[in-house]
Amino acid sequence: MAETVQRLRGTFFALNVNSLLNLVGLLAILVALFATVQRVFESGGTYFFQTLGFGLAEGAIFALVALGYTMVYGIIELINFAHGDVFTLGAFFSLAMMPLLGLTPSSSGAGIILPMLGLFIITMLFCALVNITIERVAYRPLRHAPRLAPLITAIGMSSLLEGAMFIWRGPFNLSYPDYLPEYQIPLGGDLTIAAKAVFVIVLAVILMVVLTIFINRSTLGKAMRATAQDRDAAQLMGININRTIAATFFIGAALAGAGGIIYGLYYNSVAAFDGFQYGLYAFTAAVFGGIGNIPGAALGGFMIGVVAAMSDGYFTVAWTRPLIFGILIFVLVFRPTGLLGMRVPEK
Amino acid sequence: MAPILRVEGVSKRFGGLVAVDNVSFEVNEGEVFALIGPNGAGKTTLFNCVTGFYEPTLGTIAFQGSDITGFPPHRTAKAGIARTFQNIRLFDYMSAVDNVRLGHHCRMHSKLWDSLFKTPFERREEREVIEHSMELLQLVGLGKHADSYARNLAYGQQRRLEIARALATNPKLLLLDEPAAGFTPQEKGELMQLVQVILGRGITVFLIEHDMRVVMQASKRIVVLDHGEKIAEGTPAEVRSNQRVIEAYLGKSA
Amino acid sequence: MSALGRWIASNRRNPNAIAYTVFIIAALLYPTIVQFWTGGSGDYLVGIAADGGIYMLMAIGLNVVVGFAGLLDLGYAAFFAIGSYTYAEVASYHLGVTPIGHALHIPFWFALFVGMFIAACAGALLGAPTLRLRGDYLAIVTLGFGEIVPIVFRNGGIWTGGVPGISGLDVPSLPGWFQGPWINQAFAWVPDFRFTTANLTAYYVLMCFLIGLSVVLVHNLYNSRLGRAWMAVREDETAAAASGVNTVTVKLLAFSIGAATSGFAGAFYGAKLSYVSAENFSFIVSVTVLAMVVLGGMGNIPGAMLGSAVLYFILFWLLPSAPTQVENLASALGLDFLNKADPNGWPGIAEEVSRSKFVIFGLILVGIMLLRPQGLLPSQIRKQELKHEEHDALTAPRQLQG
Repeated sequence: MAETVQRLRGTFFALNVNSLLNLVGLLAILVALFATVQRVFESGGTYFFQTLGFGLAEGAIFALVALGYTMVYGIIELINFAHGDVFTLGAFFSLAMMPLLGLTPSSSGAGIILPMLGLFIITMLFCALVNITIERVAYRPLRHAPRLAPLITAIGMSSLLEGAMFIWRGPFNLSYPDYLPEYQIPLGGDLTIAAKAVFVIVLAVILMVVLTIFINRSTLGKAMRATAQDRDAAQLMGININRTIAATFFIGAALAGAGGIIYGLYYNSVAAFDGFQYGLYAFTAAVFGGIGNIPGAALGGFMIGVVAAMSDGYFTVAWTRPLIFGILIFVLVFRPTGLLGMRVPEK
Repeated sequence: MAPILRVEGVSKRFGGLVAVDNVSFEVNEGEVFALIGPNGAGKTTLFNCVTGFYEPTLGTIAFQGSDITGFPPHRTAKAGIARTFQNIRLFDYMSAVDNVRLGHHCRMHSKLWDSLFKTPFERREEREVIEHSMELLQLVGLGKHADSYARNLAYGQQRRLEIARALATNPKLLLLDEPAAGFTPQEKGELMQLVQVILGRGITVFLIEHDMRVVMQASKRIVVLDHGEKIAEGTPAEVRSNQRVIEAYLGKSA
Repeated sequence: MSALGRWIASNRRNPNAIAYTVFIIAALLYPTIVQFWTGGSGDYLVGIAADGGIYMLMAIGLNVVVGFAGLLDLGYAAFFAIGSYTYAEVASYHLGVTPIGHALHIPFWFALFVGMFIAACAGALLGAPTLRLRGDYLAIVTLGFGEIVPIVFRNGGIWTGGVPGISGLDVPSLPGWFQGPWINQAFAWVPDFRFTTANLTAYYVLMCFLIGLSVVLVHNLYNSRLGRAWMAVREDETAAAASGVNTVTVKLLAFSIGAATSGFAGAFYGAKLSYVSAENFSFIVSVTVLAMVVLGGMGNIPGAMLGSAVLYFILFWLLPSAPTQVENLASALGLDFLNKADPNGWPGIAEEVSRSKFVIFGLILVGIMLLRPQGLLPSQIRKQELKHEEHDALTAPRQLQG
């Protein structure tokens, strides 16, 4: 009885600004959903599936990048601002490596599969090496510094990478070869979905599945999980913390590098400063799904991709960016644990 | 003597873990009241509930007759409850006197306008605060170290500085969380003398302490916690001979 | 010994006192020196310094947020934008074009404060739900806000001038001002004086006055009840709360004051440029101001001033003139081939140099954090913090709460 009274007392006192904001937010979401659903019905099924496909494909790439953010945050509680730029670097690097692998914009057919595989491998390796260098040079020395320091350094690193790409190739959009199949996959009736989109989604999912298996089954994966949970205890168990953290940066960047290639293949264009915004979108996805939570990052990526595509397709492109960043702020303020809960080091 | 603090049916749950379970007791005005118990008994958790760092899952806390359950920490300080921390939380890179000056924050009346334009009111208040801070430093024996950075003080000095800062908030009730931890016997004696001086200023002292000699000598009444539950309450003599207390500390005999 | 003599004697070694003195002397002498150096046509250089002053104001403001209270704000440009656009709305013909149909022409001197006030309110509104978040989350939230605000202004259609922005803003005017040899005119008193691009020295003088005023005010805050509370909250929020500090209010005040300063600078900027557009308020501006504060010394007012002067000089003076210099140097050294641009590759060394802005940023931020985190002019507190930082890494592991 006392417990019920206490709990009721709690709710009464909760009728404050915070709960009012919650209510307003909820109403805003409902209104937006209603408006979207209305427009979906107006425009018909084909358009919906096209948009959905586009959103899931975009989301798949977001997910790949988000995983890097979430793993790093989960292990050292650092927002690696430079991660989005490593992603762009992957696209740039792969573009530069193509001639060496015998790939030209006009290549086609089964003959490109092997070189593309090679391209993926060397790009992922390159991005991974870049990232662990960044970690070693810029973040590790500041591991015990006050919170602001590594954050500022991360912003500096991001600026450095963007600047390097800017000097290398200028601000222009670079054209990326279009190797993905062009046809539409019928879904029954008039509905179709772009094969391109399906390809991207499948590719990304494969990479994510490989990652999950690795995290859950391998020794290194276990070490990463242990270090993420309790660094001191992991150290006492004999885990080499520095190497484990470096491995986290390695894997995250490898995924981002792969994402960069996929991004190029899908959008056929890439520019030096793309990574900044893309990185923020991916970070939004990571937070949305629950920071530090690997399935959360994947889920968040797909959802943010769909939201962005719906906003672009059914409303206007001009408001998509504020919408996504609005979601970011909203989640951080009202539900910082995200959809699937956050996994950060216990204090 | 009226109860200055009344803890009634307070429980604190963290998910599935019950840290404090249905604890009730009263602290009377003007006495030294001790909270003891084995490690992990929930003592600091209870302190945190009283000072507003945790909100009790159940129960109420009343201070000087008014309900303060769920007040945030700065409100309990303003109401007249000050505390020190088990792990010493000083402002390491501020000087000793600045630490104590900060303690006056909730008793000062300078507003933004006064601070911006250095009004005569602000200047006068700052002067008074500096004077009073120096007095408090003298009281705890740190008069000569006013300008040292808190980080650079010796361990015992740091503990005393924390008490000075707490006193600066002009409390009616002072909560000391293991104030004698790591002290030599001589330092413990000096601490007990300081407690008497604080009592003499009309401040009730409520302390968590592990050193039984200090507890038995200094406190008027004691409450004992074990695994979050209250297992005994009374005078030192009563508690000392309580079977449950003995078992809690020494373990049950076979 | 006179009071001045005593002051000099006691502050001879005090880097802050030296910095302030240097700034005052430099500010007083700068216009004269520039005029001598350019043979009388240095007015536009004085104008550039006035523009630099805008960044200096922002650095002083951001220093309160980041340096004093320890809150990382990555969207500082948003308040700058709000101040500018507020000025644009209330001190121009613009409102006449909007559905309201009636233009406001609030005089510059009041409009500055309107811009400041609106920005402060925005700061309070943003801060209220977000300041309780942990440091890195707050940083991201402010970053998001900093991205959203300019886009909202750009999408604002007729209300905010849309993509082209709002132009033709009212310029400041005074009942009278001096004109003189510094702009190649006879020394005279001009009644009904309007600040125009013909006499940028007027802006400069005004800016010096504004900076001086803000330094005094912020310095007062630093040495007050509120300033101590900020430091305490930055050091140990739990202890501050236990000692009676309302951490939420204190943080909100820092944030709002920072926003107000930025908004004030924004209003000035809009007036001077007589034009606002969403393009000028991107993340680059926020990072630039942050880099200025970090470079100069976080938590130290003269540090923020020094950092802003140095970085402004590098970014807006050295860097723009560097490409031509480098090109000439290459020619002089007989390395002409570096200057030739190849359409598919090397764009010429001049272009490469002009593109190096971001790399320089990055190097400064990373370099300072790794090599000299206390900045050029460290605050006394920071110096103490760093003396003990290496020691910290080797001391006992984290203690568990009882």
